[in-house]
Amino acid sequence: MKHRHPTASPLAKLLRPAALGATLSIAIAAAALTAGPAAAQSAKEPVKFSGAPVRVGEINSYTGLPAFTIPYRQGWQLALEEINAEGGVIGCCELQVVSRDDAGKPDDAVRVAQELVTNEAVDVLAGTYFSHIGLAVADFAARNKMPFVAAEPLTDAITWSKGNRYTFRLRPSTYMQAAMLVEEAAKLPAKRWATVAPNYEYGQSAVAWFRQLLKEKRPDVEFVAEQWPVQGKLEAGPTVQALAAAKPDAIFNVTFGADLAKFVREGEGRGLFRNRKVVSLLTGEPEYLEPMKDEAPEGWIVTGYPWDQIDTPAHKAFVAAYTARFKESPKAGSIVGYITMKAVAAAITKAKSANAEPIVDALAGLTIDSPVGPVTFRASDHQATMGAYVGTTTVKDGRGTMKDWRYADGANYLPPDDAARKMRPAE
Amino acid sequence: MSFLLVQALSGLATAATLFLVSSGLTIVFGVTRIVNFAHGSFYMVGAYAGWSLIERFGGTPAGFWGSVAAAALAMGVLGAAMEIGLLRRLYRSPELFQLLGTFGVVLVVQDLTAWAWGPEDLLGRRAPGLKGSIDILDQPFPLYDLVLIGLGPLVLGLLWLLFNRTRWGTLVRAATQDREMTSALGVDPARLFTGVLFLGCALAGLGGALQVPRESVTLQMDMAIVVEAFVVVVVGGMGSLTGAFLASLLIGQLQAFGILVFPQITLVIVFLFMAVVLVLRPHGLLGRAEEVPPTAPATVTVPLSAGRHAGPWALALLALLAAAPLVAGDYALILLTEVVILALFAASLHLLIGLGGLVSFGHAAWFGLGAYGSALLVKHLGAPMPLALAGAPVLAGLGALVAGWFCVRRSGLYFAMLTLAFAQIVWSIAFQWYAVTGGDNGILGVWPPAWAAGKATYYWLTLGLCGGALWLLRRAAFAPFGYALRAGRDSGLRAESVGIDVRRFQWMAFVLAGTAAGLAGGLYAFAKGSVFPTLLAVPQSVDALVMVLMGGIQTVAGPLAGALVFHLLESEVMSLTDWWRLVLGLIIVALVLVFPKGIVGFLSGIRRRA
Repeated sequence: MKHRHPTASPLAKLLRPAALGATLSIAIAAAALTAGPAAAQSAKEPVKFSGAPVRVGEINSYTGLPAFTIPYRQGWQLALEEINAEGGVIGCCELQVVSRDDAGKPDDAVRVAQELVTNEAVDVLAGTYFSHIGLAVADFAARNKMPFVAAEPLTDAITWSKGNRYTFRLRPSTYMQAAMLVEEAAKLPAKRWATVAPNYEYGQSAVAWFRQLLKEKRPDVEFVAEQWPVQGKLEAGPTVQALAAAKPDAIFNVTFGADLAKFVREGEGRGLFRNRKVVSLLTGEPEYLEPMKDEAPEGWIVTGYPWDQIDTPAHKAFVAAYTARFKESPKAGSIVGYITMKAVAAAITKAKSANAEPIVDALAGLTIDSPVGPVTFRASDHQATMGAYVGTTTVKDGRGTMKDWRYADGANYLPPDDAARKMRPAE
Repeated sequence: MSFLLVQALSGLATAATLFLVSSGLTIVFGVTRIVNFAHGSFYMVGAYAGWSLIERFGGTPAGFWGSVAAAALAMGVLGAAMEIGLLRRLYRSPELFQLLGTFGVVLVVQDLTAWAWGPEDLLGRRAPGLKGSIDILDQPFPLYDLVLIGLGPLVLGLLWLLFNRTRWGTLVRAATQDREMTSALGVDPARLFTGVLFLGCALAGLGGALQVPRESVTLQMDMAIVVEAFVVVVVGGMGSLTGAFLASLLIGQLQAFGILVFPQITLVIVFLFMAVVLVLRPHGLLGRAEEVPPTAPATVTVPLSAGRHAGPWALALLALLAAAPLVAGDYALILLTEVVILALFAASLHLLIGLGGLVSFGHAAWFGLGAYGSALLVKHLGAPMPLALAGAPVLAGLGALVAGWFCVRRSGLYFAMLTLAFAQIVWSIAFQWYAVTGGDNGILGVWPPAWAAGKATYYWLTLGLCGGALWLLRRAAFAPFGYALRAGRDSGLRAESVGIDVRRFQWMAFVLAGTAAGLAGGLYAFAKGSVFPTLLAVPQSVDALVMVLMGGIQTVAGPLAGALVFHLLESEVMSLTDWWRLVLGLIIVALVLVFPKGIVGFLSGIRRRA
């Protein structure tokens, strides 16, 4: 049995008054936040726990990318409250989360992970957004034999070429999302394609998969132009002009965030999208679509998350609880955070233990019911079968949204178990 | 043909923004010699303020342009406030100490902006009356970009009139050329500087507010622009407005056409250009030799002293540190390991800054090269840890040998920016050469072997190697080598005339510093188990600078204390609160104000007085 009393570092002891102040202010803020109906309910009938709490160490880029990670945090907070209100994990124990910021740097993330494991005595690691940080923590997890549920990183490497026994990933990977879009792209008459993607691994592997998979389905297509802007520094005018000059029939876009907004604005201004189809990765996620308001692109084929239109009972319940709790609509990050925490809790309960090896064994092949449908962590490559919504963007009531969408189940866009297993390093 | 013309026009629109921001920076630098790291923050806040005003009043052309002007003025007022509240108190500190203060401001502004405007990207309204595009030779071109293209030369003209046709401008030019003489003639430099900061920051704010119709306003705008603005200033020649204008034009065109020829080169094209310009032209395109600023710590009054009983003290400290595993837990040991590594990293930079008077903005290149050297040996050759650790300083030293040959031929901020250019080139190689470096996904699995895997064992190993390297660095500082280096720093001319080949000594110092940083990097790689291009990136270089400046540059112990304080502060505050940048920034500002000579400088000041 692991000891449950975190030992503080010497400096933490020195800083005790400061720590106390910070904890106090966080507690006050939390109290202010929890003044919702859900909290009032659980306050009425407090759950009694008979066993020692199980602790989850959670790491994400809260200061580096707040626009994406704060909705994610709210998602897992909601899940955590629900889990504990329903009796915690293994039917006996409170689930506790210790959350940390990684400042957007992989070496900081590794240090924070170490702090969580040795000082906070956490039993499971979860979180991360950036691919390289996810990989760094995954490697740390393998080294220290800690289960790690990577929530948001998209890189294929985390489950394939650099996969390890202790790491599982929830969100559909770059390969899966590209495969979903290729299915739609192959139906288009377009023969001449241009691509624009941020100049790093995510952009490059998205374009590589898109090209390869589309060529397999449509040997007649050709790729006539490619642009690789620096992430966050897209030179919109020249990039748009260079793409237009190649006279493509269709464009595959991987840029997102501020780059995407710039690209859309400049592209509309310069007529790039006139009579051209655009196929675009992740653009349907509210994180990216909503900031563009009524300037959101019309008629792009995207993967995303039309949270306001999904009317399964489970998803409606999630949206209702989330909006009641946080007074804002959920983002794609919210649902990822929510399912991540539910999956962690389900794994612990299935393992009936807070120890690493049983939890890892439980995660392999674990199936949970989520607001988007059943999600299974494949035993072969530790990739979850969570899917994405594929549809077309449109502007309704002055804001961007999706129409004609369908849920693409991740299970249909993954290579078979044998092929996936072969891509992983031998254990 | 028409396509090329429109592409050139797009480049001009980019250039206009670059010029607005960098003109403010070059004016501030030219007069006050302050390396204003917070310049990008004023650009960002200008954009946010502009966004708020334009959302409210931007429906009409008058409202829109009024909002832009108001945002610019507001940034000017903030800039003046920063001068009065912070920078004014630092003019008698060692040069570059203001850099530390402005770095604190950057951190504070980042968190305050996120607090005030929220984390989401904000897409503002387009400029009324300028929403559409016009066809230029059948190619559509946005109207607003045409206005921007016109604004660049207009602002240049206005600034020229201000500096050449008004009394205030004349005084500013006088202060730019000779600060002491100007104040001796009865001009209050403090008031002049306040005005200059107002103007410079207002220009940054103007550049920011003008971006609202073009792109969404984000929290990453500050760092994105400030490095590029420095590049423009240095390429143009420091303090030269027309130089900044010319450099903006060239860089704008380079980006517009560069992506046509080599779409993959976007990462590094600007830095390659800067490196070429600086290698060919020592003072940028239009800078003049006599305006080269001495960034050497010219105000050093007490020569670096060996200190009495330094040896016993150091041994006692080493013994104390070596005993740490007896009481400290695993995590505390990991923190200590990192502190020791960073202390060597900071000390190696201090060798350049403190002894050589050479301020490097790209020291992370050697730290990162060391880390990559180790990781590559492990990954591609399966090298055991001792061999991989030995490879780290070798690779870093070789890199520094090549880069140093170019860098030491330049001085002051030109030297600093050339080191930055080399760091960025190395970074982009690590970032893009997937087959070898793994690109941005880095190299994983660089863990120490079983015999060194224990936290205490690895800590002792680190302590031994870093302690040895630090001892060697200290020996170098008080050997004839160190004295020659300091002679070159204090008076290059006199040093040359007594037969010291200053450049050669600086080159050797550069290689020595790079090698030491490489060893630190190698140890860091094994401490973390993985390496990523972030180890070579600008923030890593800035961290090193902050550690050196925080500790104080006049003492050998300074960087060690700086590394300890900075790293512990950062890691502990980070785990306590989401607002750690605000807290850290405020602490840095407070430290700068309370200890204007750095922590160790302050302590030894007390001892001397006692």
